[in-house]
Amino acid sequence: MSVTREEVAKIASLARISMDEAALDHMVPELNNILAFVEQLGEVDTSNVEPMAAVIPQDQRLRDDVIDADPLTGGGRRHDVLANAPVAEHGFYGVPKVIE
Amino acid sequence: MSNYRVQGATGEWEVVIGLEVHAQVTSKAKLFSGASTAFGAEPNTQVSLIDAAMPGMLPVPNRECIRQAVRTGMAIEAQINAWSRFDRKNYFYADLPQGYQISQLYHPLVGEGQLVIEADEKAGIPEDKVIRIERIHVEQDAGKLMHDQHPTMSYVDLNRTGVALMEIVSRPDMTSPAEAGAYIRKLRAILRYVGSCDGNMEEGSMRADVNVSVRKVGDTELGTRTETKNVNSVRFVMQAIEHEVQRQIDVLEDGGQIVQETRLFDPNTGTTRSMRSKEDAHDYRYFPDPDLLPLVLEQDFLDECRASLPELPDAKRARYENELGLTPYNARELTAEVETFARFETLLAVAAKAIGKPENKVATQVANWSLSVAPGVVKSLGDEADMANATAERQAAILAMQDKGEISGGQAKEIYEIVLKEGREPDEIADTEGLKQVSDTGAIEAAIDEIIANNDDKVEEYRGGKDKLFGFFVGQTMKAMQGKANPAVVNQILKDKLG
Repeated sequence: MSVTREEVAKIASLARISMDEAALDHMVPELNNILAFVEQLGEVDTSNVEPMAAVIPQDQRLRDDVIDADPLTGGGRRHDVLANAPVAEHGFYGVPKVIE
Repeated sequence: MSNYRVQGATGEWEVVIGLEVHAQVTSKAKLFSGASTAFGAEPNTQVSLIDAAMPGMLPVPNRECIRQAVRTGMAIEAQINAWSRFDRKNYFYADLPQGYQISQLYHPLVGEGQLVIEADEKAGIPEDKVIRIERIHVEQDAGKLMHDQHPTMSYVDLNRTGVALMEIVSRPDMTSPAEAGAYIRKLRAILRYVGSCDGNMEEGSMRADVNVSVRKVGDTELGTRTETKNVNSVRFVMQAIEHEVQRQIDVLEDGGQIVQETRLFDPNTGTTRSMRSKEDAHDYRYFPDPDLLPLVLEQDFLDECRASLPELPDAKRARYENELGLTPYNARELTAEVETFARFETLLAVAAKAIGKPENKVATQVANWSLSVAPGVVKSLGDEADMANATAERQAAILAMQDKGEISGGQAKEIYEIVLKEGREPDEIADTEGLKQVSDTGAIEAAIDEIIANNDDKVEEYRGGKDKLFGFFVGQTMKAMQGKANPAVVNQILKDKLG
């Protein structure tokens, strides 16, 4: 598997990463090197091996349906969530006008 | 099969419809955080550091959201996948600060299921029809953008960001707007029975993406489809389909081609339009979310989900017909909404006890009262009716008096009017206001004796075979009794005396 220059440019644009021609010159062979390296893994026969989701065998924990049980993972902290916003007005984030 | 056809200039067309319904899961907290899901709060007050995608925060799934999605799957007889996984659906938009929605593309929680839409001749659905459901997966909702509050900026409220949604994906099994409408109504009823979604389309708790294509009658290949996003009422879904079908036929008959694209529905005009700016939007670059382990559900959890399912609409309707002896119409009306059957079943239990007969012996009486008599009285009173006065006990007391023949149907309504307006007890009203039929045979006999004595000629004619005159005697007796005599008692005594 490999990627073309056009594909790299498109992926960058979808991820809103600015990439000029020089950066693309650099990035395309680098990505293809990585992909070629990963491709080697395909040589191993894994047809009878269950996919491993995590190194330590464990299942996903679940949380209880409780509001604001822990301040770190609950709401009611508008000041904090807006603190880094370039623009915050009337309790909203302000972003450049995006309208469909 | 529906026979919905649209006549075009070049012949008849048929329609193929699939629906993706997004239903907000009823839960207190969000899918991956502890922030509240309550509707209508001040902007950004129900946003956790997880929802705001602060670095280093990890999502942990809410057990209740998973439970409700599993119960919903069980209610549509679907396969439940005890092993499922979350994927990232990548897109860049201000309504989701993560830059991706956590969803389930490759291994959804719920697999193949189905529901049945009922025959409705008037709507062009000649017989019951099975609509297959491909899958249900759980995912995060996005935030809300407001474009009209500032000249150069959009305002973002992330309160809804991260609220749990079920995406319920049907197979393209619907062939008319009416079938699509019936499907959404049935799905909504099931969700509300199960309690997994409040079904409130006005508040956006349920919205549909509508996939539509057309083809010439007889063609076996599917036409190219379009997807109209976020349609938020049954009526709008039907309108969007009608408009989209006509638009596609016009394009094709003009020699054009349908572009597979995302469209928007405009409720003001009933039309759809292309969302050109989202051309790249389908390039979501899904991959398994490395922040979340596979979701593995234990048998105990699944057993509890199944055990907690209530009686579902189809089963309830069948029971109302078969065990309670209700007409198909009454059974359908009473089971359509959760509130309706809940009120009916409460009243049925209380009334059966008050009357002293088993539920199936009083069900028809209670059904007629619930669907026709009581709503009629409420409507006639308008604002004067205080529904807090309409307790099951009071309604049952009225039904019991009626069952015993103490009051007539008309008196039952009059008593209920007073109950609603003044909150008094039916027995007391019947006594105080003189709203009782006379079943006292002595008084009725006396009245009848007098009428017979005064109408020799009519009595002769009746005994000579003029049966119709019986009605005359009933009328005279009721008049003499000022309308308060028990008709059954009057009939019996008249029959005895006239011979």
